[in-house]
Parts: sequence; structure tokens; C-alpha cells
Amino acid sequence: MNKKKLSRGGAQGSLTSVLAALLCILIGLLCGYLVLVAINPAHAWSDGFVRILKGGFHDAPYGIGKMLANGAPLVMTGLSVAFAFKTGLFNIGAAGQYTLGAFGALYCAIVLHLPWFVCLLAATLMGGIWGAIPGVFKAYLNINEVITSIMFNWIGLYLVNEIIYGNGSGVMYDSRNTRTWNLRRMEGGEVSMIPDFGLNDLFQTNSTTIAIFLAVVVAIVIWVILEKTTFGYELKAVGLNKSAARYAGINEKKNIILSMMIAGALAGFGAGLFYLSGVSEWNPLNSTSLPAMGFNGISVALLASSNPIATVFSALFISHITVGGSFLSTKYYPTEVADLISGIIIYLCAFSMLFRGKIHSLLFGGKRADKTNVNAEPAPAADEKEGK
Amino acid sequence: MAEDYVIEMLHITKEFPGIKANDDITLQLRKGEVHALLGENGAGKSTLMSVLFGLYQPEAGTIRKNGQEVQIRNPNDANALGIGMVHQHFKLVECFSVLDNIILGVEPNKLGFLQKAEARKKVVELSERYGLRVDPDALIEDISVGMQQRVEILKMLYRDNEILIFDEPTAVLTPQEIDELMEIMRGFKKEGKSILFITHKLNEIMAVADRCTVLRKGKYMGTVEIAKTTKEELSRMMVGRDVQLQVEKKPANPGEVVLEVQDVAIHNAAHKKDTVSHVSFQVRAGEIVCLAGIEGNGQTEFVYGLTGLEKLSSGAIRLGGEDITSASIRQRSKDGLGHIPEDRHKHGLVLDYTLEKNMVLQRYWQPEFQHLGFIKQDKIREYSDRLIQQYDVRSGQGSLTIARSMSGGNQQKAIIAREIDRDPKLLVAVQPTRGLDVGAIEYIHRQIVAERDKGKAVLLVSLELDEVMNLSDRILVMYEGEIVGEFDPKKTTVQELGLYMAGARKQGKGE
Repeated sequence: MNKKKLSRGGAQGSLTSVLAALLCILIGLLCGYLVLVAINPAHAWSDGFVRILKGGFHDAPYGIGKMLANGAPLVMTGLSVAFAFKTGLFNIGAAGQYTLGAFGALYCAIVLHLPWFVCLLAATLMGGIWGAIPGVFKAYLNINEVITSIMFNWIGLYLVNEIIYGNGSGVMYDSRNTRTWNLRRMEGGEVSMIPDFGLNDLFQTNSTTIAIFLAVVVAIVIWVILEKTTFGYELKAVGLNKSAARYAGINEKKNIILSMMIAGALAGFGAGLFYLSGVSEWNPLNSTSLPAMGFNGISVALLASSNPIATVFSALFISHITVGGSFLSTKYYPTEVADLISGIIIYLCAFSMLFRGKIHSLLFGGKRADKTNVNAEPAPAADEKEGK
Repeated sequence: MAEDYVIEMLHITKEFPGIKANDDITLQLRKGEVHALLGENGAGKSTLMSVLFGLYQPEAGTIRKNGQEVQIRNPNDANALGIGMVHQHFKLVECFSVLDNIILGVEPNKLGFLQKAEARKKVVELSERYGLRVDPDALIEDISVGMQQRVEILKMLYRDNEILIFDEPTAVLTPQEIDELMEIMRGFKKEGKSILFITHKLNEIMAVADRCTVLRKGKYMGTVEIAKTTKEELSRMMVGRDVQLQVEKKPANPGEVVLEVQDVAIHNAAHKKDTVSHVSFQVRAGEIVCLAGIEGNGQTEFVYGLTGLEKLSSGAIRLGGEDITSASIRQRSKDGLGHIPEDRHKHGLVLDYTLEKNMVLQRYWQPEFQHLGFIKQDKIREYSDRLIQQYDVRSGQGSLTIARSMSGGNQQKAIIAREIDRDPKLLVAVQPTRGLDVGAIEYIHRQIVAERDKGKAVLLVSLELDEVMNLSDRILVMYEGEIVGEFDPKKTTVQELGLYMAGARKQGKGE
């Protein structure tokens, strides 16, 4: 879906993408402000809007630490979706892969007491497996990856919840908190926690670790893979034109599976970053909703036009707004308002693709490609729409 | 004089950023004539027609209908003036029936309820009157391209259009369908309808048109009476120089066998039949063997089997003595098989990749272009720049041009450059000149002959009989998946080939 637009290349394309992203953020904020005015006009500006806009900076350094801790896994799920997009696949299963990743990480940490990097590896592996399965179905049976990965989201969620809960007596389950054991307080849990190298002291938090740096490194690695390697060349060729890739002797089945596996691994890694930083514990009794981190990854990827480097920035922005929302005073606004506003912005992110087309034509003239090059292959069906 | 013309486009100028697509062009269409609009790709034919159809607004110039000046702001205006257009790429709803497609947009209804019976009557009547046989209840996705075109034509007739624009209507048709279309056009003429016929195929213009307006690089070159001109003169007007319509080549000097195909069969699971059966032949170094036939007689499938895109159900293929029957596509390519595919958009190019990335599509994995999986960008650029220069591939931004934005002729040149430069033992060229203008065709034919003269084996698959007769050293005719005859182009005629292609005759087994 929307392969063409996701890959509009060149400097013009990048500029357009950035402007489009900024535009939808702006409109999103405006809508958010209107919501605040509607609920409580007297406090909408300084106690509402400004506070959200300031995000983590409202309560620095604690807020910033929190933003970074939440941003790291979001970078990863964003990368997961973006990577699959580049290969022409829509990975809506990041939530499920994230769930399995969380299980992998927590099992290695709580039950096996393994060091943090091994736990992270386990999370990556579990996510990768969960991503590869829809990939196999897609490659060999041509079953739409969207359908399979949505089903695998729920299969994954129930499976993981069932194993962790274990009728209330699961080894990973702390029945007093109705969550998995807290790594920080658990005996021997410390080795499994991602080191913070003093970041927690700096930000006066207890969950700001080097996770965000790991995420940035992974984003750079993904960018290098996509842009600089023959593997990336093959993946993108398959994504843009499966038939031409096959003609060129590229094994498109292998590439589809690998792409979904890597996408899954990225989401799983993200779950590892979240739970091994001790941001929160897994709640196996929550069986009705998938981790929002997975779905927010889609928005992050859309906002970043699937560019791995841009994914880092868009994830941090969304994390920033979310944290800002959580600082709203409950005296003036119900706590749900925070989610509502970040929801609106995330929702508008999906429109960034629409804006991109408009901005492109505004900036560079011409409503479509063959206006600038009359020799271009005709874009079928575009003609009449334009002159309606 | 003015009242003679049903449509006049006077001094039309249309500019796009950086280019004048139409520069002071005048076109006058008489009532009841077939008027051809001739020009190479990019000469401004489509732009001019888009202006007439209301898709573009010209910067200067006027349009008159029956002497009255008119404004055409959008296709609805054009429709109201009785102007209809069959686009090169059909605009049909695949999963709708023929009838539904025809009435789409002007559905007859009473209080919002469809009155299909009425519409059906009109469609059946129109199709009988003009010899446009179609089944009104067939789904578009189930009917042939030729049939789909008839549906497009019926759409215009259903709307009572008097001025019919055909945008390169024959590019997608088989020789038989082309003949039928010509017949249909003559029928329209008799009924007093006026036809604008955009094309770059000279034979068709000579066959059906009354007058012809020629454009070159956005400029008006003149309007000529077909009865008083020749193909050579038209092509000179179009290209601006003398064009070799006949390919010049020395007699072939066949060497050792390069390709050996033995009793190949390909089964089509969807249609539950063999699309190719008992195909055996050889291609030697230094000869051009042509696989001729009407579209859909197994040529496409055979080439898929030969190049590895599809599996053979039986038989064997040897390339330079190596058995490649079950080799992978990549392996075949390594063994010296070059493939200019039939569908350059589907197989030939990754349209959203840059030109340079497309140039290395078949060899990005070679050590020359990568080290430990990392692409050597500078080497790719160097290589691509060389091919662009050597094969005269024209594009807006050189190596960095997105393939989609290039003209068809230059896309094809890029593919040919890529395939020939790999120095293959066997070059498989499937309809290498489909949809291209004479200048590009001339160039591509020369390249193919040059490859032959370098001692390469060439297997050409073509639907165009002119190309078959011109280019090949040996002709194999394929009918219903089998080879029904082998001919020497010097000793046969187009008529004889036609009989074999239509399945009316068949040579005995053996050579």
C-alpha cells in the first residue's frame, strides 16, 4: 500500500516529507487545543496546551528521563513498521511481536536470571519468530500479512498472558501486584536490567537507561542496511516491484520472510528495552488490549515516511507529547485528556501522506509527475480525477 | 472554408515547467474524416489531445467547434460538445460487466432505480450497427484487451459523441484486431463521425487516414493529404531526418549451437491445459531466430520457461552445452542469458528506483559493485553513466532519474543497454519495440543486428510481422503452444506466415 508515496526519493522528497510531518503535528496540536478549550476554557492555554507542548521539559529533568524511557521502545516499533513498509509489507503485527519480545525478555530475566544483553537477545529472537510466521504465510501461500499478523497479535497476547499468569501461580507472576515481578526489587533481578550509567541520577528517575542510545544505534544500522547494502537493495526492489525483482534473480520469497522476521525482531527488541529498563511490569490480567506501543509504531513510521533516522525523531516527539499530557493537572482536566490529545496527533500522522502530495505540488509545481516531464509514462486514470 | 471543420484547434500553446509541450499548434478536423496525429514519443500529441479533452488549459490559442469558439474546462465540457476519447490505458472497472462499464456515469434511472433494460437495448443496437461484437454481461477482467477496447469505443458511442479521439489504440492489439479496428473506423467515417487518430505507426495511417498532422518536439510540422504522400515522407517530417525503415543487415553466419530446446511443455494450472507443448528448436551463434505468432499462443509462457520465471513440466533446455532446465533465474543469467522482457514495467524495471539502480539490476551482486554485501555506490554511478552515454539513454537527471519519469523509448533503451552490456551468449528479446516510435525502433533493431554480428545468438519474439520479416534469419511460427512451421524470411511472404499463425496450415514434424 502506498508504496510509491512512501518512497518518493531525493532531496525534494525529504524536504516535502519533513514539512508534511510538521504540518500534521501543527494541525494535531490545534485540534488538541480546541478540545482543551471545549472542556475547560479558562485553563486551556497555560495549564493545558503549554504544558503538553512542553512535554518532558515541564518537570525536567524527570520528565525528560521519562520521555526517553518511553521513546526508546517506540523508536523500535516504529522501525519495525517502517522496515516492513520499505519491503512493501504492512506489519500491523508489531504489537504481537512486542508481546512475545516482552515475554522473551522477562522469562530470561525473572526465571533464568540471565544478564541484560542475553535477555535483550531473547526478546529480539522471540519477536523475530513471531514476525517470520506471517512472512512465511505471505511468501508461500500468498496470504495477506495484515490478516495473519492481526490474528497473531491476539494469539500472542493470550498465549503470553496464559503462560505468565499460570492460574495465578506462574513463576513470573507476582500475585500481590497482579503483575510480573519487579526486576529492581527482585532478588538477582539487577543483572537483567539494562545499565543506566548514571542516567537515572541525572534525570532523577528510576527507568532511564541506555535503552534510547541502543535504539538510536539500531536505527542507524537499519538505515545502513536499507541504503548501503545489497540486501537492502534486494528488499526494496521486492517491495517496489516483486516481478522485476524475480526477473533479476532475487529470491522474493526469502526476502519477504526475512523482512517480516527483521520487522518482528525490531519490535521484540523494543519490548526488551521497555521491560528491562523497568519502566513498567507486564500485567497478564489485561487480556483485552494489545500493547499500544505496537500500534503507535505505525503512526511513528507514517510520520517519519518510513525513514529509519526520521523514525527516531518522530518517536521521540510522540513520546514527548504523551509525557506532556500526563503532566496535565487533574484539577482542570480528566487524565484521559492526555491520551485524547496524543491520540489526535497520532491520528493526524496518518494524514501526513496526504499532505505530502499537496506540499510537493505547492513547492515544486505541477499536480503530478508528467507535468514536469511530458515524456513520462502516463499515470493511468489520474487524468480525469484532476479535471473533475 | 471554416464551416467545413467540425473542430479547430488554432495556435495552441501549452507550457510545462521547463518545456513547451505544444508550441503554436494548429489542427483542423473535417467532418467525417479520419485525421491522424503523428509524432514521436514526447512530440506533444497527448498534450494536445488533453487540451482538447479539457484536461489541460492552454496558455494561448483557441478551440472552435463548427466555427464557434468554445471553452473546454474539463472532460464534462468536452463530452457535452460530443468529444469522446479512448485512452491508451483503458479506464474500465475490472470487476464490472461490459454493460455496467458503458453506462457508468450516465446510468439511465427512474427515481434512482437503474433502468438497465433500456441501456442494454441501446448498447446491443450500437454494437450491431458498428460491428462491435461484445457480450454485455461479460466481466471486463474476463475479456481480451481487444474486447476491452471495444467497450471503450461503445462508451463513446453510447454518449452520442461525434468526435472520437483514439490515443494510440493499436499499441495493445494483435494484427487481426488492428485490422478489425481499422474496419470499425471506416464504418464510423461512413456514419459521418470525425476521428482523431493518435499514432506513430505509419502503416496504419496509410491504411485508414485521410489527412495527417505531424508534430515534432512540440512544434507543428504541417498537415498532409495521405493520398499524396509516402511513408518515407511522413517519417522524415516526424523525425526530422531520413529514417531507415528497412533494417540493413548482412547475411547471417551461424556458428555453433548456443540454445537447444528439447520437447518443452509448460502446464498452466489455472487453465488446466498445456500452454506450450512439444517445442524443440535450436538457436546458433550469429543468427536471429524469431518466434512469431498471434498473441496468446504460448510465446509468453515459453519465454517464462526459458528464462526461469516459470517451471517447465517436461523437456530440457541447454545453453552453451550446459543443462539449465532447472537452474535458478540468477544461475541462467550467470550462464549467459540476457532477457529483454515483454513487459518493461512489470519485469524490466523497478520503476521507482533510480536509473542507475535499474542499470545494475542484473549485476548488483557482482564483486565489481559490492564488497561484503556493501554496495559500491561510486562504481554503480560510473557504470550507469557509461551505459547512459554509450547507449544514448536520455533522461532528465541522468543516473539519478527515477525510471518512472522516463519516456517509454528511453526506458527500453536502458533495459537494452543493461542486457547487451552483460555480454550474454543468448539474447532473448520479447517484443523489444512494442509501443515505440520509428526513431527508437530503428535504433533497437540496429543494436540487435549488431549483437548478432558479434556472434551472439538472438531469440526474438514478436507480434509485428514487419519486424519478423525484417529482422530475423529464421522464423518459427507458434500456434496454440506448438511450433507449426519454420521459414526462411527471404523465401516466404507475410500472407503465408499469416496462414500458419492463424492455424490454417501446419508443417509436418521434423525440419
